[in-house]
Amino acid sequence: MSPTAPTLNRFGVALLAEWRKLTSTALWWVLGVGMAAYLAFMGAVLAFTFAAAPPSPDTPAITGVDAALAVLGTLNAIGYVFPLLVGTLLVTTEVRHRTLTQSLLVEPRRGVLLGAKLVVAAAVGLLYGVLGVVGLLATSAPVLELVGDGIFLTDPAVLRVLGLGILVTGLWAVLGAAFGAVVPNQVAAIVAVLAFTQFVEPIARLGLSAVDSLSGVAAFLPGAAADAVVGASLFGEISGGGGDLLPGWAGALVLLAYAAVLTVVGRWTTFARDVA
Amino acid sequence: MDAAVLAVEALGKSFGPVRAVDDLTFEVHPGRVTGFLGPNGSGKTTTLRMLLGLVRPTDGRALVGGRPYGDHPVPGALVGAALEATGFHPGRTGLGHLTAYAPQVGVDRARCREVLELVGLGPAGDRKVGGYSLGMRQRLGLATALLADPPALLLDEPANGLDPEGIVWLRGFLRHLAAEGRTVLVSSHVLAEVQHTVDDVVVIAKGRLVHASSLAELAALAGVSTYVETPDPAGLAALCAQRGWVAAPRDRGTQVDDVDAATVGAAAHAAGLELHQLTTRGADLEDVFLRLTGAAS
Repeated sequence: MSPTAPTLNRFGVALLAEWRKLTSTALWWVLGVGMAAYLAFMGAVLAFTFAAAPPSPDTPAITGVDAALAVLGTLNAIGYVFPLLVGTLLVTTEVRHRTLTQSLLVEPRRGVLLGAKLVVAAAVGLLYGVLGVVGLLATSAPVLELVGDGIFLTDPAVLRVLGLGILVTGLWAVLGAAFGAVVPNQVAAIVAVLAFTQFVEPIARLGLSAVDSLSGVAAFLPGAAADAVVGASLFGEISGGGGDLLPGWAGALVLLAYAAVLTVVGRWTTFARDVA
Repeated sequence: MDAAVLAVEALGKSFGPVRAVDDLTFEVHPGRVTGFLGPNGSGKTTTLRMLLGLVRPTDGRALVGGRPYGDHPVPGALVGAALEATGFHPGRTGLGHLTAYAPQVGVDRARCREVLELVGLGPAGDRKVGGYSLGMRQRLGLATALLADPPALLLDEPANGLDPEGIVWLRGFLRHLAAEGRTVLVSSHVLAEVQHTVDDVVVIAKGRLVHASSLAELAALAGVSTYVETPDPAGLAALCAQRGWVAAPRDRGTQVDDVDAATVGAAAHAAGLELHQLTTRGADLEDVFLRLTGAAS
């Protein structure tokens, strides 16, 4: 051992390094602000829809605390592409800009590098969750207070939906980082994330739930699992109740299982290769 | 073993059917600048990457201070490396790049500023790397390598993209670092580029070692020759034939091999031969280098 070598908490300094890598470019706040703004817009639209919807004979009006829950429960369903992208980019930018070499020079243990990325992804994901909540509340709270029955911010059910929404946003970011480790090509990864979240999964959920024998499978898709954690879903509202969802804890486990499998695959493919 | 000795032992690397590095053995010692030379594609970068744990050897070992790079507790503080293909995020400032990598080599923000000054990037440190010239990127790479003030430096083609002034600066800087007792390994595909900087040379071609010695020993392989211009070429040819010298036309005159200028001058004077130019041509290292690397192909 070199006598002059400083001793460092390797995982601790790896976390600090990852945080600095993330926050030293514009991407993280651009995506974060984008998420808050998008949710503010959707929050206003949904709040007006629920609060100002004319009474209809077919569907009972959503009123009271249910309206607040319906709006605030969309954090995950509407905003999840943002944490998924920031997590993915946390890994793929290193490949795209060839900074992976320098990252592995200062930390040759590749598991430490990948692990630090997953933890920082969780942190920035939780932060995005908070930003999303701020965005949602910024518009839906005044609308529901003025036009509807109120936002019920102190109601335990509302607080629970918000808390779980933030938690699941953190999980999405971890899943994104793990996915980036499997598909390190940045363009391919972004296209895959957008295609899966915007087309493949919604269609798969509709298709699977239309077939009785397969309807149980749809609950294991990542979006459905995330909806299960929050216990509320835009998709569920539209299709008339999310009866096919897993229990909340099982939804969280399914998301973690996806992240774990992707992490293991990424560790033994992208993070095992020669870096040339 | 000295922490700063770099050693490559029977090192080999295959990429599929391509043998990039083959049975390569050499050592690099502290206090000297060692040139790691070979044509493009000769396996230099692959060897450097194996020394740094980025590429896994197929055979043999590459060691830093007697151990694989990755086995050291803080490897980035032991060996500072600037590799050619290392990238920078264009949206990150020079200072942002350094501070991102600082925690893992155990240095603070003040040291990041310090190395920026050291490589002449001081004010540019707050600008985004996307706006840097190739030379500035080279300097930022060097700054990254110097972050932890490491006892060993490993630089891949560091002169690429530097202007002539920058090359002179780099030359002095590397000499200074070696004089402080550091191990300095510099790769290049052009011997002339590092000829005035290095003490030792390791020459490879086609992934194999073709020569390792001090620069002086390499120069001895080149021999000397004398360049002569005369208005009487026939007279000179006769003189060379008489003395048994090997002469060949070169430029606007004649090159006489393995004889120094004084000997040629004295002989011409004795023969009453008029000379317009008489110059000892120094060892042409580039010729030796091309001969060594060419022989392997």
